[in-house]
Amino acid sequence: MRCSKCLPMNVKVLILLMFWPLAALAQGFAGLGSDAEGFAMPQPDPQFDFPVDHGPHPDYRIEWWYLTANMQAADGTPYGLQWTLFRSALAPGEVDGWASPQIWFAHAAVTTPDGHFATERFARGGLELAGVQADPFRAWIDEWVMEGPDLDTLKLSAQGPDFGYNMTMHADGPLVFQGQGGYSVKSADGQASYYYSQPFYRITGTLMLPTGSVQVTGNAWLDREWSSQPLSETQLGWDWFSLSFDSGDKLMGFQLRQRDGTLYNASTWIEADGGTTAYPDGAFTAEPIVRSAVAGREVPTTWRVQLPDRGVDAVVAAMNTNAWMPLTIPYWEGPVTITGSHSGVGYLEMTGYE
Amino acid sequence: MTRACLAALLSHWRCNPLQLFAFLAGLALATALWSGVQAINAEARASYDAAAATLGEGQFDQIVPQAGESIAQQDFVALRRAGWLVSPVVEGRLDGVRLLGFDPLSSPAGFGIGQVVQTGDLGTFLTPGKLYANADTGVRLQVGVETVIDPAIAPGIAVGDIGVVQQLLGRDDLSRLLVQPVQPMARPDLGDVAPALRLQRASQTADMGELTDSFHLNLTAFGLLSFAVGLFIVYSTIGLAFEQRRGVVRTLRALGVSLPRLIALMLIEVLLLAVVGAGLGVLLGYLVAAVLLPDVAVTLRGLYGAEVAGALQFRASWWASGLAIAVLGAVAAASVRLWQIAHMPLLSSARPRAWAMTSGRAQGIQAVVAFALLTCAAGLVWAGQGLVAGFALLGCFLIGAALALPIVVRPILRTAENAARTPVSRWFWADTRQQLPGLSLALMALLLAISANIGVATMVSSFRLTFVAFLDQRLASELYVEAADTAQATMIEADMARRGITVLPLLAIETQIVDQPVRLFGVRVGATYRENWVFLDSVPAAWDQVDAGAAAIVNEQLARRASLWIGDMVDIAPDYSVPIAAIVADYGNPQGQLIVGEARFRDQYPEVTPRQFGMRTDDPRQVRAILTHEMGVADGAITDQSALKAFSLQVFDRTFTVTAALNVLTLAVAGFAILMSLLTLADLRVPQLAPVWALGLTRRRIGQLELIRAVVFAAVVCAFALPVGLGLTWVLLAIINVEAFGWRLPMFLFPADYARLGLYALLAAIAAAAWPALRLMRTPPNALLKVFAHER
Repeated sequence: MRCSKCLPMNVKVLILLMFWPLAALAQGFAGLGSDAEGFAMPQPDPQFDFPVDHGPHPDYRIEWWYLTANMQAADGTPYGLQWTLFRSALAPGEVDGWASPQIWFAHAAVTTPDGHFATERFARGGLELAGVQADPFRAWIDEWVMEGPDLDTLKLSAQGPDFGYNMTMHADGPLVFQGQGGYSVKSADGQASYYYSQPFYRITGTLMLPTGSVQVTGNAWLDREWSSQPLSETQLGWDWFSLSFDSGDKLMGFQLRQRDGTLYNASTWIEADGGTTAYPDGAFTAEPIVRSAVAGREVPTTWRVQLPDRGVDAVVAAMNTNAWMPLTIPYWEGPVTITGSHSGVGYLEMTGYE
Repeated sequence: MTRACLAALLSHWRCNPLQLFAFLAGLALATALWSGVQAINAEARASYDAAAATLGEGQFDQIVPQAGESIAQQDFVALRRAGWLVSPVVEGRLDGVRLLGFDPLSSPAGFGIGQVVQTGDLGTFLTPGKLYANADTGVRLQVGVETVIDPAIAPGIAVGDIGVVQQLLGRDDLSRLLVQPVQPMARPDLGDVAPALRLQRASQTADMGELTDSFHLNLTAFGLLSFAVGLFIVYSTIGLAFEQRRGVVRTLRALGVSLPRLIALMLIEVLLLAVVGAGLGVLLGYLVAAVLLPDVAVTLRGLYGAEVAGALQFRASWWASGLAIAVLGAVAAASVRLWQIAHMPLLSSARPRAWAMTSGRAQGIQAVVAFALLTCAAGLVWAGQGLVAGFALLGCFLIGAALALPIVVRPILRTAENAARTPVSRWFWADTRQQLPGLSLALMALLLAISANIGVATMVSSFRLTFVAFLDQRLASELYVEAADTAQATMIEADMARRGITVLPLLAIETQIVDQPVRLFGVRVGATYRENWVFLDSVPAAWDQVDAGAAAIVNEQLARRASLWIGDMVDIAPDYSVPIAAIVADYGNPQGQLIVGEARFRDQYPEVTPRQFGMRTDDPRQVRAILTHEMGVADGAITDQSALKAFSLQVFDRTFTVTAALNVLTLAVAGFAILMSLLTLADLRVPQLAPVWALGLTRRRIGQLELIRAVVFAAVVCAFALPVGLGLTWVLLAIINVEAFGWRLPMFLFPADYARLGLYALLAAIAAAAWPALRLMRTPPNALLKVFAHER
């Protein structure tokens, strides 16, 4: 978290311009909007080609490998973990050396019931400083890695000035395709991205914290998404939920907050065996119940989440309301607990709360 | 009432335009020198700040090669992949501009690139084919890429994305790595990841700021001295004007003007005049600075390699300080007189001869203060440490000496008076003594000016003499050759040896010794070194020991900085420790140097091959022809000794242009002070001279005596200035120079120079006295007669 202060202002502005969706929302879409000349555009009915599509797509403007995990120590203490690698392109395509237009950056965080640790990294493409290779799978920036023989079996590590982790993960379920077979629409105007997930990881390993090392086990959820023109100019921020119910079912739901006060949302119901049902705008609702003062602003930290079609009417509450990511692009991201019609744990990401 | 009062007060200046001129000119000159110096300092500091931000030197730990000047890009990638948060920098020269390439994504905060940082236009910065530089540097760059003008970038430097700069320099490697101040939890040792690299702590980088600080301190001291001289003028002018207006004040008060109102009006009057004078001074200061700044820029580049922009900006910091100090000075000078007026009995006499009133008590106080200051100076010599103490010592010594001047002069005049035999000569000496109080401020100014001149002249000449000896020592070879590559170097060395010409290879690497950055040389010990090198201190047969690889020679800078002296062991490498056999003077070089024998050097650093050679020959022209025609050495790669020496001396002479210019200005200001004092005294003296004239002394004779009196005063001041000036030199060389630069300069005396300076001072005094004397000679007899008619 201290590292955001090590970065020059110029990097902040650069990332603000490039970092979708957070920056675009923060900037009121200046410079991003619907301009996508030169970059490839997501098309409906995608045909994915694995393992190649686990690797980077440099012709698209933005892409990420986004992992979150809910875990417990032997004494029952809950922990959350984040490992995210972003790719952002100044121009389509890849070139060797410093002339590469690809910029990589990454966030890592660990949340405890009373602490939150976060840090970030930046690297240029074209020099092996950061990148992703599909087969065998390897995603890295500096010494941080997520790697394994394939996407189902991975080792994961990252560290900052005051925390770090070394984890292993194994997936015991299939990939899940969000939206229409992996084509996820983000607004009524039709902005969209390619989006699939692997929500069935079992994760185990060691968290290194200022108070000492902790052995933890739990579940992890990986999101893969890439696009060039994902958001509409009228959208201010988003609230994204990945919920794992004790029943074994899972729910991914997000809502985009629009300037006129309306919301655009989408969700996917994931059964324990990996079967999915995608719901269109309006099916899923999330309503703030409690707001907390975090990093000098008000952020909703308890939500009422409903998906009537599945009988979901649950209260989703932050495990630690201070899970603020004080990075070049600040946002809120942390583990949540679920009570009400369903119980379980999950992760919540909220952007655009100025 | 107020308006009438003010008009009455101001009418004084209308009746005495010369006094008005003296007041304004004195204040303007003082302010000009002060604000000029401040302007130069502010400009230079802004340049350093920009350079520090641009280069990041001294701010961050850096990773540099163990030897050589290149870091492989793979080493950088390996370090990042191992968890070292480092940021790459590549540097080189193109078109005489220092090109600096860096990676904005990984560079630490504070490693600035001027406005790019503020505008945040990083997308543009990363776009291939762009460099950023200030306007001056931009003009010099003709490299075929677009140059974006950014005034915040340090002069002489162009920055760009690391990829762009690598391409322009034709390189695929890096120069150094900046280490982020905050690092992750766990990292392997640097040596395990990149054994060819080493960590250099931020504090270990030679600190340019400390060196340049002393230069600016020097300038500031000169500025203050000039200001003090100017303030003497203002003080005496105000004193005179207030004395002469006692009558007016008495009349105004008798007419019913209240004392507070009168004091307030006089204060307003002084403030008005001060603002006008100081304003003129700031403008004048701007001109002084604009004229001197290019020389200062050259000086700093020559002395310390620091780049300073040659153009002047109108910065609030210096013009505001100039205005403030001038107004405060004027008010301080006036406050004494206002206090006197406030305590003057309403109907007291106007006392026109108040100039002679300096009482025995005031003299006593002055003597006590002078003695205290001189004692304080002596104490600082004994116990003072650091540059500030050095300058405090300088201040105490100079002011103490100035205050002591009248006390020293008075007995001399009394002795002369007693020795005089004829009535006229007795009157002459008595009259001279009577004038002393009125002239003492101007004489003190002259003393300070002459002392400063003597001091600085001695320092510069001593420095130059030592420097020439140093050049003879260091540039003993007739020719210096730089080979284009290792192959050519080998060929040159072999061929010259075959022709029987002594070749001295220059073997050197940058390394780290006793936590200091040091340039380590391997020399081929021979007659050249044995005959030309003069040591500050050495063991017997020092060169033999160095040749045998059993000892090393260090320069004075390294010796003083690392507290080493002969006999001490120095660790050059883990398995290589030798005692120090000699200390060599290395003037004007901020860097530490260490010299070992060639054989031992080559054993230790086999990868270093010499590319530069010194050659001993009686026929430089013929050797030059062989090198260019037979071996294809570029003409520009050969330098002959005289050219190198001439260039070095030229740099040196320009170095002290500033001090010389300020010296001339100081002397001019002092001369002006004398002129003004004499002119104002001349009017007052008419009643004193009238009786002498009436007794039969012609006006012509009186005028001649006035001139002789000026010469007497100047001669006495000169005689007193000589020891003061030499004391000043001693402080500069033995105390301030050691504190600022880390080496002590031998002091030489230059009697011819002092005689010439004395002559100049006498001429200045005669020139200053000529006009008042002429006016005296031309005083109409009726004006002298009127003295007896007036009831005064």
